[in-house]
Amino acid sequence: MTMIEIIHIVLPVLLIASAIVAVLFKDLLASAISLAVMSLLLSLEFYILEAPDVAIAEAGIGACITTAIIIVAIKKTERMEVEE
Amino acid sequence: MSEKTNGNSEGLSPIVKVISGMIFPFIMIFSFYVIMHGHLTPGGGFQGGAIGASAIVMLIVAFGARHTEKRAGEEKLSLFESIGGTLFILVAILGFIMAATFMSNFLVGSAIFGEIPPFGSNPGILNTGGILPILNFAVGMKVIGGLSAVVLAMALVSKEDD
Repeated sequence: MTMIEIIHIVLPVLLIASAIVAVLFKDLLASAISLAVMSLLLSLEFYILEAPDVAIAEAGIGACITTAIIIVAIKKTERMEVEE
Repeated sequence: MSEKTNGNSEGLSPIVKVISGMIFPFIMIFSFYVIMHGHLTPGGGFQGGAIGASAIVMLIVAFGARHTEKRAGEEKLSLFESIGGTLFILVAILGFIMAATFMSNFLVGSAIFGEIPPFGSNPGILNTGGILPILNFAVGMKVIGGLSAVVLAMALVSKEDD
């Protein structure tokens, strides 16, 4: 098994794990950071699938601007998720 | 720079302000690099514009929306975006006038971006592509203006309601 095949298995597992963790967090700021990690891993996945164009766009939009918008929204509302 | 950034209480700590002010020009230069190599390497107007907009978003997060609005207000960003869109349409219509069709590549063979590269791989000759570098530049201006104006508007609205 070559190195790139191992990366092809490890990266999607980390991607799904960070997405699940983003749902499970009660602290919404930690959830936003987890979504940024998911976007960064997704851009890495795009890069090793030989789509560097999409990877640059995903790293700029997903990991930076979306996170900033979510953090501005958290500053406006509440940080912790409340139980019903 | 330090006494100026220590003045306003809005935003993050002085360390974050100074460091983000230092790396802001480098991010803008990288954005310009991605835009100008759009017809040669991966990337282009949208990708480079997203990198440049993320630099302005970094300033909004670090210095606060009020402080950023004094330097780069929404009207300036809207003007920047409109100049980009108008440049794109003007170059496209110029192709209608100078050559046969809308957006035809009339600059091929001329002195500006008109060089025809030799066959095979080359180290990246920038003076090629005809109207494509100009269109990439116009799209980059539009994306920088539009995306940073969206985030700035959202940050300003959330400040006003507090």
